[in-house]
Amino acid sequence: MANPSTGSGRRVLVCIKRVPDLGGEISLTADGMSVDDSNLGHTVSPHEEAAVELAIQTAKDTGGEATVLTLGSSDAVEQLRNALALGCTGAVLVEADASAYGPADVAAAIADVVREHERAGTTYDLVLLGNDASDTGDFQVGIRLSYLLDRPVVAGVSTLGVSGDRVTARGQSPDGGTEIYEVPLPAVLTVMEGGVEPRYPSIPGRMKAKKIKIEEIAPSGEPAGSGRVRLTLPPAQPSQVTVLGEGPEAAGAVVDLLEKLGVTR
Amino acid sequence: MTVLVLVETETEAEGAAVAEVSRETLTLARALGDVHALVVGEAPPAVVEQLASYGVQRVLVAGGEAYSSYAAAAWATAVVAAVRGGDQVTAVAAAGTPRGNEVLAHVACRLGVAMAANVVSVEGDAPMTVSRQVLGGSALEVMPLADSVAVLSVAGHACDPRPAESASSPEVEALQVEVPEADLRARVVRTEPGEPDESGSLKSARVVVGAGRGAGSADGFKDLVELTELLDNAALGVSRVVTSLGWRPHHEQVGQTGSRVTPDLYLACGISGAIQHWAGMSSSKTILAINTDPDAPMVTKAHYAVIGDLHEIVPAINEELRRRRAG
Amino acid sequence: MASVPTSARVVVIGAGIVGNSLVYHLARLGWRDIVQIDKGPLPNPGGSTGHASNFIFPVDHSREITDLTLDSVRQYQEMGVFTQSGGFEVARTEERMEELRRRMSSAKAWGIESELVTPEQVVEKVPFLDADRIVGAFWTPTVGVVDSLRAGTIMRERALELGVLTVVPTVEVTGLDTEDGPTGPTVKRVRTTGGDIEAETVVIACGVWSPKIGDMAGISIPLTPAVHQMISVGPCPQLAEREGEISFPIVRDMDTFCYERQHGADMEVGSYAHRAILHEPEEIPSIEQAKLSPTEMPFTSEDFDPQLEQAFELMPELLGAEGAEIRYAINGLLSLTCDGSPILGESEVKNLWTASAVWVKEGPGVGRAVAEWMTHGESEIDVSASDIARFYPHQMRREHTRLRTTESFIKTYGIVHPSEQYESDRDQRLAPMHDSEVKLGARFFEAVGWERPQWYESNADLLDVYGEAVMPREHEWDSRWWSPIVNAEHLRMRESAGVIDLTAFAIFDVTGPGALDAVQRTCVAQCDVAVGRVIYTPVLDHKGGFRSDLTVMRLGEEHFRVVTGGAHGMADKKWFADQLPGDGSARLSDVTDEISTIGLWGPRARDILGSLTSEDVSHEGFGFLTCREIALRTGGGREVSVLASRISYVGELGWELYVPMGQAAAVWDALLEAGAPHGARPVGIGVYATTGRIEKGYRAFGYELDGERTIMEAGMARPKVKKADFVGKEAYLQQRDGAQSSSGPKTVLCTLSVDDHTSASGVKRYMLGGEPILTRDGATLTDGHGHHPYVTTAGSAPSLGKHLLMAYLPPEEARVGNELAVSYMEELYPVTVAAADATPLFDPSNDRIKG
Repeated sequence: MANPSTGSGRRVLVCIKRVPDLGGEISLTADGMSVDDSNLGHTVSPHEEAAVELAIQTAKDTGGEATVLTLGSSDAVEQLRNALALGCTGAVLVEADASAYGPADVAAAIADVVREHERAGTTYDLVLLGNDASDTGDFQVGIRLSYLLDRPVVAGVSTLGVSGDRVTARGQSPDGGTEIYEVPLPAVLTVMEGGVEPRYPSIPGRMKAKKIKIEEIAPSGEPAGSGRVRLTLPPAQPSQVTVLGEGPEAAGAVVDLLEKLGVTR
Repeated sequence: MTVLVLVETETEAEGAAVAEVSRETLTLARALGDVHALVVGEAPPAVVEQLASYGVQRVLVAGGEAYSSYAAAAWATAVVAAVRGGDQVTAVAAAGTPRGNEVLAHVACRLGVAMAANVVSVEGDAPMTVSRQVLGGSALEVMPLADSVAVLSVAGHACDPRPAESASSPEVEALQVEVPEADLRARVVRTEPGEPDESGSLKSARVVVGAGRGAGSADGFKDLVELTELLDNAALGVSRVVTSLGWRPHHEQVGQTGSRVTPDLYLACGISGAIQHWAGMSSSKTILAINTDPDAPMVTKAHYAVIGDLHEIVPAINEELRRRRAG
Repeated sequence: MASVPTSARVVVIGAGIVGNSLVYHLARLGWRDIVQIDKGPLPNPGGSTGHASNFIFPVDHSREITDLTLDSVRQYQEMGVFTQSGGFEVARTEERMEELRRRMSSAKAWGIESELVTPEQVVEKVPFLDADRIVGAFWTPTVGVVDSLRAGTIMRERALELGVLTVVPTVEVTGLDTEDGPTGPTVKRVRTTGGDIEAETVVIACGVWSPKIGDMAGISIPLTPAVHQMISVGPCPQLAEREGEISFPIVRDMDTFCYERQHGADMEVGSYAHRAILHEPEEIPSIEQAKLSPTEMPFTSEDFDPQLEQAFELMPELLGAEGAEIRYAINGLLSLTCDGSPILGESEVKNLWTASAVWVKEGPGVGRAVAEWMTHGESEIDVSASDIARFYPHQMRREHTRLRTTESFIKTYGIVHPSEQYESDRDQRLAPMHDSEVKLGARFFEAVGWERPQWYESNADLLDVYGEAVMPREHEWDSRWWSPIVNAEHLRMRESAGVIDLTAFAIFDVTGPGALDAVQRTCVAQCDVAVGRVIYTPVLDHKGGFRSDLTVMRLGEEHFRVVTGGAHGMADKKWFADQLPGDGSARLSDVTDEISTIGLWGPRARDILGSLTSEDVSHEGFGFLTCREIALRTGGGREVSVLASRISYVGELGWELYVPMGQAAAVWDALLEAGAPHGARPVGIGVYATTGRIEKGYRAFGYELDGERTIMEAGMARPKVKKADFVGKEAYLQQRDGAQSSSGPKTVLCTLSVDDHTSASGVKRYMLGGEPILTRDGATLTDGHGHHPYVTTAGSAPSLGKHLLMAYLPPEEARVGNELAVSYMEELYPVTVAAADATPLFDPSNDRIKG
């Protein structure tokens, strides 16, 4: 990877996961171990979409570069290419069966790549992850990674700005306000959706993405696994709609409700 | 066995209290064994009393400068100290909030154990088997927690918060914690209050008046816009077809390819409820659908519905709102 | 849960463009008690209509589809949901420009205003298109976009206003019950999640789900859901500054199989260039499972990447504009069939109809046509090419549909030669003499699964024999899927004899006490003839249009054998079956698979046949239009009994020989062997279907004859009309009366000869069919129907040394010697009317047949 032209250029690694793009109703595979995704498209979680957006913005703002990484099958190249189309300039596929990897395994695999790249001369100033993957919802890969790399970590970041050797990260506080962190680089941040509007790819972006070579890495070591025994589906919720009425005559009942909810002026 | 629960507190009008989600966690933990609670910062009497009513047998308080502002690692240090200092603490639990999950993830790293997020039920012990929410809550995963200490966060509404049959009288102890400097590398350095939003912008609106193809044309939004003006902090949101027909600007689009909104009230007018749209507004607190089709997905999934043509019903609502305001 | 009425006169399943248009037209035509159901919500239940790109280019090479499209446009306009945008079909290559010139022929033939324009003219209207990328374009000002969902709502509401329609959305069909009757199963009941509906008639208008619903009643609706990829890019500033949904013409980038269609501030780019991505109807996700709608499947971006670059090349400034992002991308499902035509009409189950595999551009037209068909027994626009009855069993296999649509998908925007053959799923039906034909170097063309020799490479030696008389063609396009050997075989047949494999004929027997009545009722010609007579007859629909033309042999007092072309054999069989008396006194049995047909024609035919039989085959012993069983000697002295019928479609003395399949190979060999000393050769279908018949002015169903043509217009009236009643008789009598009045027929079928083939470049060009006939100076002609003349059949007439064209002309132009022109690839060629009725140009007195 070429060095950024400006000295302050920051290298950002953003980690994503290919997940099924779910509709309103899901079904499971026969063994109950995963979602039947045979007729589903695939995507990444909204948190990761925001993380990719932040990675690209940070790279652009600092004259640096954003690299996208995933652990998954070769199908996950689709998600890597999407991130490249948005503005990432490098991509790493740790080719593995993601379902055999628990959160600690994934963190270890990412840490291996970060260290490997560092040995090869590329240090990532920031590693961004989604706050949680939308399929497994483990809420811990980023934090485990920070321990493996011995870097500070902030979770639930919605926006960030790099200045000098520090990153200012903002996230929502429990009372609805904003919490601000200032953390020395290099750091790990897990991103929560809502702070930035993820972009869609452009046609020139997609064309550029096609030409970028994806670095494929075989994971080292055997994963311990997630411990999943099976998945189950909660029973469907029957409709609980209260019909307020038919036609304009229902206006009174509607306004009663609006007043009860306290949303009238 | 003993379960250590990391308790979150909040300040309400009546004073400090244990957050509802933490009370749910305490309720679930009580079914597993003795419950110890860890409070970070300070534990006012009201909180201690509430913990007692939930049967907590020991209250640990981690205080001091290190805890004057939030740092997840420092909180984790306190939890680990409580685990190590306690008798037979074999499980650590917290509410499945951003903060709860974050601190427990640090704890799991430090203890070198697994963590299960958003647990809804627990079965057995040694090993404990948990069911937890995955796929955004649309499925449950069954997994064992077989390590020496089980670390789990409890999903919101996993159980109703229920005080113990008889209150306990826990000792309140200050937890002695050595917080290393490294724990404070990532620490809240300042906070800003939530921004009051006067702009009526879609994402922060209290009420979103949603409109779909049923509006009929670019001119069909007049009554809907008027309705937003008659409501408190309301904004217009539209389905994809409306923007792609050029009837309304793209920034008003709600759905998979537009904004995701979570208002107090979503008023879906003439929107059938395609999943693409549903994905953008399903987290609204209350959904009221106006639709000609009583079987439209938006109607069956809504909390309230009015059956009929929005072009007749919305003007009638506006008229009624004006009438009541005048009266 | 919605509930449905317990009974209905007709249940229309589906509320897409087709179902909605159907309920409206049924209501308009006086139907009452109509129930329409859909498993999805309204107005967009989630089928293909909901994500259609909704644009309409009226010009198609098929007249049927063009007419349905034009009718649909008229209906959309009347509903106020049509926005005219104009459309360009741009060419990046000279080869494509030639195809666009051919498209001009179709435009003129169907009377649609179009012109070929320069890249600069394109850029005037589409300023963001890179003119350097294209060499020209085909401009159709009447291209437009429609709001198909709104149209559906309007049509439903109109039927509701008439008080004859009940619409129940969100109920799913769970079963279709049938009941066995004397003439086969009849539909009885629709089972739904909202209750059962006792129904007299049911229409399946379920688009991509139709096969699944058809299966419930045991009928095959052979279509496959296939992916059409579409992305939406925006906001594009160049588009955003204009008001409304569409203000720039739609561009079809023909060479990259893509289109660019403005939709508000976005540009939609659609593609037919990717691999065929087919799904099974059962695998389409439910409304609940689907992320978007069930027919908006997840986008597979890698399939689309090449198209992105090509679209970008064409419109770099627009698609590369700052902020223009791919905001929406789908693999949209649409319906494809094995032959590209819709699937319409009544199925094998009585009163169970379908209107499927229909696109938005022809939806309302199809709705009207099917409603008319259900009401009157036929439609104003002939839709026989889309008749569900056309399918043979091998075509009803899903595998066949999958293979053929995989092959044809790429042809959606492709340059398809009119004679182009499919490559996939061939060899489905092999004639008994197939091995011999392979050895003879047969070039096989497919006819409804049968492999038929079009010509034999083993006859190439005849090219030297006949020299220039084989009328060789210089231009590659004119000679593609053609060989001068066809004309050499023709000349040899006229000189000696030809042996022709006609196994593809469909043959069925009508037997029983009611057989005569049934056949009389179906056929125009007198069928109450002596046993052993052969009858050639038109078959009409109720309004006096052609259903078919075919031959009938009376084999016994209560036994008739019907022989018809393979292409429409199944539809003819259904038509005959529908005319059978309800009392079971006549029955129909299909013997197609038991009998092979071999034609033997030419001046030496009698000598050849005579050498194989001891029967009297002299003119006196075996008269014209008679048939009887004769014994033929084959190899090894074995005798085979064959049914010989003295009839000819090529204007020569000879016979059609109906041979049991098991013996047909031996008879074939015997005929070739016996014919060899006489100079006879195996002759392909190129002669039988084109050169032989055009010289004789014989009309062919599907070319000159269809539901919109009459006996009078086709010049096929006989002096007398039989007494017995027959379908279409009343209409036919009226047509005859009209013909005698001063008004005369509105159009007249003529044969024209091409006077000069030389193009501007000096290359001689030969028309292939479909070209417009104009005045010598290129002015449009219009007949009494308001149609413009076009070539229905074009072919060599080697015995005359001419290239002949058949076309319906305005009566005032239908004069022998009238000098007109044909437009071919945008050049005019002089033609002269050579026959203004059915008089053959070759052997006008038919001496050779009667010889």
